Amino acid sequence: MFEHYLSLSVKAIFVENMALAFFLGMCSFLAVSRKVDTAVGLGIAVTFVLAVTMPLNAIIYRAFLAHGAMAWIHPDLANLDLSFLNFLTFIGTIAAMVQIVEMTLDKYVPALYSALGVFLPLIAVNCAILGASLFMVERSYTPGESLVFGFGSGIGWLLAIAALAAIRERLKFHNIPSGLRGLGITFIITGLMAIAFMAFAGIQL
Amino acid sequence: MASKTKEILLDPLFDNNPIAAQVLGICSALAVTTQMSASIVMAIALTVVTGFSGLSVSLIRNYIPANIRIIVQLTIIASLVIVTDQVLKAFVFDISKQLSVFVGLIITNCIVMGRAEAFAMQRKPIESFVDGIGNGFGYSFFLVLTGFIRELTGSGRIFGAQVLPLASEGGWYTPNGLMVLAPGAFFVIGLTIWALRTWKPQLKEEN
Repeated sequence: MFEHYLSLSVKAIFVENMALAFFLGMCSFLAVSRKVDTAVGLGIAVTFVLAVTMPLNAIIYRAFLAHGAMAWIHPDLANLDLSFLNFLTFIGTIAAMVQIVEMTLDKYVPALYSALGVFLPLIAVNCAILGASLFMVERSYTPGESLVFGFGSGIGWLLAIAALAAIRERLKFHNIPSGLRGLGITFIITGLMAIAFMAFAGIQL
Repeated sequence: MASKTKEILLDPLFDNNPIAAQVLGICSALAVTTQMSASIVMAIALTVVTGFSGLSVSLIRNYIPANIRIIVQLTIIASLVIVTDQVLKAFVFDISKQLSVFVGLIITNCIVMGRAEAFAMQRKPIESFVDGIGNGFGYSFFLVLTGFIRELTGSGRIFGAQVLPLASEGGWYTPNGLMVLAPGAFFVIGLTIWALRTWKPQLKEEN
């Protein structure tokens, strides 16, 4: 059992890296990777929200939305299939969770709150978060697996954005063709990083 | 009025392209472009959602309280995406399977949210609709171009039909396997942005 979770987390961090293999969370990945400090801050916030929302969505999906899931309320509801409400429910959960996380941090960990400040509300529309919940449905993860997968993919995303930010900090000293500066070169660097991460593909644990 | 509408429609195509100029909606642009057919379905889906979300948000813009506007916009967009997803599942099931989670991710596509927030909240419904369609086209242009390059160089096909005869089947073209994998997408988009910015120098950024 432990081995299963361990291999799932390694898979989430390296083999199926959210940013470099599935292109999720790209908008903030490209926009907030100018400095290492802010990149790491955003990465931590994403990891935290992923690890909280993904198991929560897994529980909601299994208790209410999946085909026949409502049988525990009343036997008549056993034929109900509400899975088409996935998107609406998940985005609602995520937006609400982000709000709660924001208020909790503000009250109890003000230092972390002011460090993450700007990024927290943005996380609600980070597609890595919604994407992870949709993967949960597609691959039918249990709540436990979701927790591991959510945490792992958050760490993977954190690694990728921190590495990109470190490279971009150094780019200032390089003579890049003017049309390629900024977005263009960032894409090509991300491509090279994705090649490096492809070395993990096919690893079976 | 007619020329203004035309401007709203055509401006996002090149001069203010959502992907190349504003860095929005990159995720799906990279993920679904291994094949032309998937790119086109995705492009149509996003254009429809952006257009109608602009229209709906603009219609009720005077009744949305400012501090809960994000969640209202998200709900409208999510409902439109659910409709789109169901339509795709009903009529093009294979492609819908291939797009997998990326149809759902239209909800968090920054283009849709960005236009609802930046344009539709202030403008009249028709203008917002046209603006949404225009931004959808700008996105579609990028998506279809990337899909074309990746499918042609990666497997020698266009719309699944073999146009470059493969070396393994007696032809002359050796497919570049990298192009259908993740890094290929980054390279194609990076180089396309370079080309677009050389053509339209006002898009260049410093540093």
